[in-house]
Amino acid sequence: MTEPIVQYRDVYKSFGDVKVLKGINLDIHAGEKVAVIGPSGSGKTTIIRMLMTLEEPTSGDIIVSGENLWKMEKNGKEVRANEKHLRKVRGDIGMVFQHFNLFPHMTILENCMTAPIHVKKEDKHEVRERAIQMLERVGLGDKIDNYPSQLSGGQKQRVAMARAVVMRPKIMLFDEVTSALDPELVGEVLEVIRDLAQHEDMAMVLVTHEMDFALDIADKVLFLDEGVIAEQGSARDVIEHSQNERLQSFLSRFRA
Amino acid sequence: MEVIPQVAKGLQVTITVLLASALLAYLLAFVAGLSKLSNNVLIRKATGVYVEIFRGTSLIVQLFWLYYAIPMLFGIQLGTNWWIGVIAIGLNYGAYLSEVVRSSIVAVDKGQSEAATALNMSSFQRMRLIIFPQAVRMMLPEFGNYTILILKSTSLVSLIGLHDVLYYGDIIRSTNASATPIVYGVILVFYFILALPLIWMTRKGEAIAKKGAASS
Ligand SMILES: Nc1ncnc2c1ncn2[C@@H]1O[C@H](COP(=O)(O)OP(=O)(O)O)[C@@H](O)[C@H]1O
Ligand SMILES: [Mg+2]
Repeated sequence: MTEPIVQYRDVYKSFGDVKVLKGINLDIHAGEKVAVIGPSGSGKTTIIRMLMTLEEPTSGDIIVSGENLWKMEKNGKEVRANEKHLRKVRGDIGMVFQHFNLFPHMTILENCMTAPIHVKKEDKHEVRERAIQMLERVGLGDKIDNYPSQLSGGQKQRVAMARAVVMRPKIMLFDEVTSALDPELVGEVLEVIRDLAQHEDMAMVLVTHEMDFALDIADKVLFLDEGVIAEQGSARDVIEHSQNERLQSFLSRFRA
Repeated sequence: MEVIPQVAKGLQVTITVLLASALLAYLLAFVAGLSKLSNNVLIRKATGVYVEIFRGTSLIVQLFWLYYAIPMLFGIQLGTNWWIGVIAIGLNYGAYLSEVVRSSIVAVDKGQSEAATALNMSSFQRMRLIIFPQAVRMMLPEFGNYTILILKSTSLVSLIGLHDVLYYGDIIRSTNASATPIVYGVILVFYFILALPLIWMTRKGEAIAKKGAASS
């Protein structure tokens, strides 16, 4: 197998005295679809926020495409990464948030165009076409000039996904992207994720409580419990054959 | 009785002092507001001293300091009376408005900055493209309110010999005491008419603020 695109090596994270992650070791390969499940408060969000550089690990390393994300060399010594280093390494990573975080002062189309133009310095016309195509693909071709406040939650989340994909990430992180939605809007968002999973070759890490969906599209499932990866493997192995009692009791809550 | 044309002679001073001191106040507000968020402790502390001094003391006293005390103490003249009035009002309201700038920037939802980071923006791009434009929308109503206060404060410049609306009113009253009610009535109406566009702009600002920002 080829070198993983992301490696967590013995990663710990504390907030003050609270130890949230206690030794995470994890490989993510190019194109791999990883589902992260586990009880609330087990550290799922924190794992992916560290990869997006929104939270700094207390110790351990996160390697992205062979580069240490949070550390860099300076005069032959390993030091804390500065912004320039973080920007270089996180360029291939994108994220979709639970609460969408669309930019309310920009139209839907501008939301999708601003980063490719200002961050990647791409050609405006080319970006515009790509953004429109992507918005059409998520079913919002008729809303490109609307503002986020004019959209439903499901529509907002579809824009957020389009905005991330237009940057052409190699790794996309999804943090419970359907949790803030009314139940009847969950389906349309999951459909977009399924479409991305099937037709894009980027790696995807999905933190989710949509158990059936996750098991359906994931190559690998992680069960996170109290800050450690308690189980990992193929969906079938983890769900059907695991002897882990805490996992069984966690899963039983999703089975009516 | 020619009260209206008499008092109207002061309009030029009132309006120019209003515009110049408002511009100065806005400029100082952004400089000081951003300085207060600087990573540099020295810059933050120095700005804090400016803001607290000018918020904590009265505008009339500041005006008299610039007009009487500083020339005596340091032997320098800060400029014409018009400039002294503009500088005093600008410094005073700049201090108040810097708090509006600072608190609006802080009030932009943290998720906005995180989404911008996830799109790999630099900290400068996050501020310029995402946070600042939303913060400005939140500031607009308060900027409108303070501009109306600046208009009212311009009447203090009559105390340092500037010929504004109030100054001309006082002249008429001192020569013809029986005209006092009508003189101050006219002055009230003048200020109110000048305030009308500012009131309208404040309303507009409120409408814009309501729809354009994600606040936490
Ligand atoms: N910024 C923070 N400050 C303090 N504690 C935090 C912070 N972020 C998360 N935590 C704590 O870390 C633990 C794990 O949080 P999180 O990663 O969000 O879990 P999950 O996503 O699995 O629900 C929780 O106990 C939470 O309260
Ligand atoms: Mg979470």
